[in-house]
Amino acid sequence: METFPHQPRRRHCQKRAFKYLSFMAFLSALTVPAAICAKPILAEPLLDGGKLVLTNGVSSVEGASGGGLATWATIAGMGTDRAIGVSGHVTGIALPDYGWQSHGIAIGILDRVEISYARQNFDTRKVGLALGLGEGFRFNQDIFGAKVRLAGDIVYGSPIVPQVTLGIQHKRSLDAAIVRAVGAGSAHGTDFTISATKLFLANSVLVNATARLTNANQFGLLGFGGGQGASRSVQFEGSLAYMLSPRLVVGGEYRTRPNNLMIAHEDNAHDVFVAWAFTRNATVTAAYADVGSVATFDGQRGALVSLQLAF
Amino acid sequence: MSIFLALALITGQSATPTPQDALPQSAEAIDWDKEFGAEKRVADTVTGELPVDAYVQSEDNVGAKPFQGDALARALGGQAGIKAIVERLVELSKADPRIEAIFQNQDMVRLRRTLFEQICFIANAGCSYTGRDMKAAHKGLGITRADMNALVENLQRAMREQRVPFAAQNRLLAKLAPMERDIQER
Repeated sequence: METFPHQPRRRHCQKRAFKYLSFMAFLSALTVPAAICAKPILAEPLLDGGKLVLTNGVSSVEGASGGGLATWATIAGMGTDRAIGVSGHVTGIALPDYGWQSHGIAIGILDRVEISYARQNFDTRKVGLALGLGEGFRFNQDIFGAKVRLAGDIVYGSPIVPQVTLGIQHKRSLDAAIVRAVGAGSAHGTDFTISATKLFLANSVLVNATARLTNANQFGLLGFGGGQGASRSVQFEGSLAYMLSPRLVVGGEYRTRPNNLMIAHEDNAHDVFVAWAFTRNATVTAAYADVGSVATFDGQRGALVSLQLAF
Repeated sequence: MSIFLALALITGQSATPTPQDALPQSAEAIDWDKEFGAEKRVADTVTGELPVDAYVQSEDNVGAKPFQGDALARALGGQAGIKAIVERLVELSKADPRIEAIFQNQDMVRLRRTLFEQICFIANAGCSYTGRDMKAAHKGLGITRADMNALVENLQRAMREQRVPFAAQNRLLAKLAPMERDIQER
């Protein structure tokens, strides 16, 4: 009895259900226990919402869960290892010469696998006119991502072994003719990531390190590969965050990027952010992001605001 | 739909006063402990605790290396603070629809005592730990990751209500988090 606390209630319900079945054989077996037991024993929910708040990360601009700029080893959604989780995000970045917007969804399965999709829309505003594309021309791309957790846990287990995930992001520019015209080798490409993330509870510090094999120009918005190099190179994404409360985190990120195009150089990106889970299921992230030079226009730094809903 | 409802009501009413229910064979009257051969445990008259299977007492059973200084003990409010945190944690968890079922038919007197000893010992607040190891203490409870997370949230709330600084809360949680491998069963 001590070891099976659920059983007395369950037995009671089954006994009553059996008695009623003889009277109500025309009702399905499923509806009878539900009608008779005041507190029916329900199957475990598909969405259990059981993760600790913020341990699912926020949504990166590429749709994968993580920080704002970097992909982390987190699995999206609030589901634990016996359930699935889902999340959706909308992100806007206001840069001096550009507007950048992304939205997408992600599904976490058994806290093991993450599948994500994001659409990025990059508004060139007046720069579009200068580049001969027309004012307000938008570069768009779709990003299909998947991650699998190989080992470890962000919070539990060994205090020093991180959660490690292997990821893939397939990016498809929707402006094939134009990205080739600016010198990109291809309008679509695939990034491979390996991420390690750990919350060092004793210090309230979260650390992430990601290595990304990529040949994307401006995250893929300007295509893949180019005159200065078509093959993939290893790039680094690092994040450091401090937990102020269970629902409030501040931190910074750094992300190196390849430099493939002849016409425009690319800088490393960095940001400082604050993420606040104002409910269990909703997180707002505000950041000051610096992505450097974009399509010959230098000093692109501005505000990032992202809203994520996660279940 | 309404016909089904009416039928259910009629049959439900006629079912209640049948002589079957008056017999001691009704679900309420059956001693299920006896039916299943479960042993009835009698609480100790002094401690109020139910007996547990014999085990070897050892401070290794606590499942973590205790802190050296007294910084965490002070942050938790000493033994009085820890006692209040444990009382509140148990109170919150017993009323938490996510995990209340786990605590049904459990020895809450013993749980309060051993939980207090455990946190007090780990925080170096001047106690010894006399309970079982984490694996034995949680055996058969079928605890999931979601259950553990719910308990962590309740512990965070209990500590917050005791005005324990968040960084100190995390220092304690850092000692408890690795116990997951002995607690989570499914």
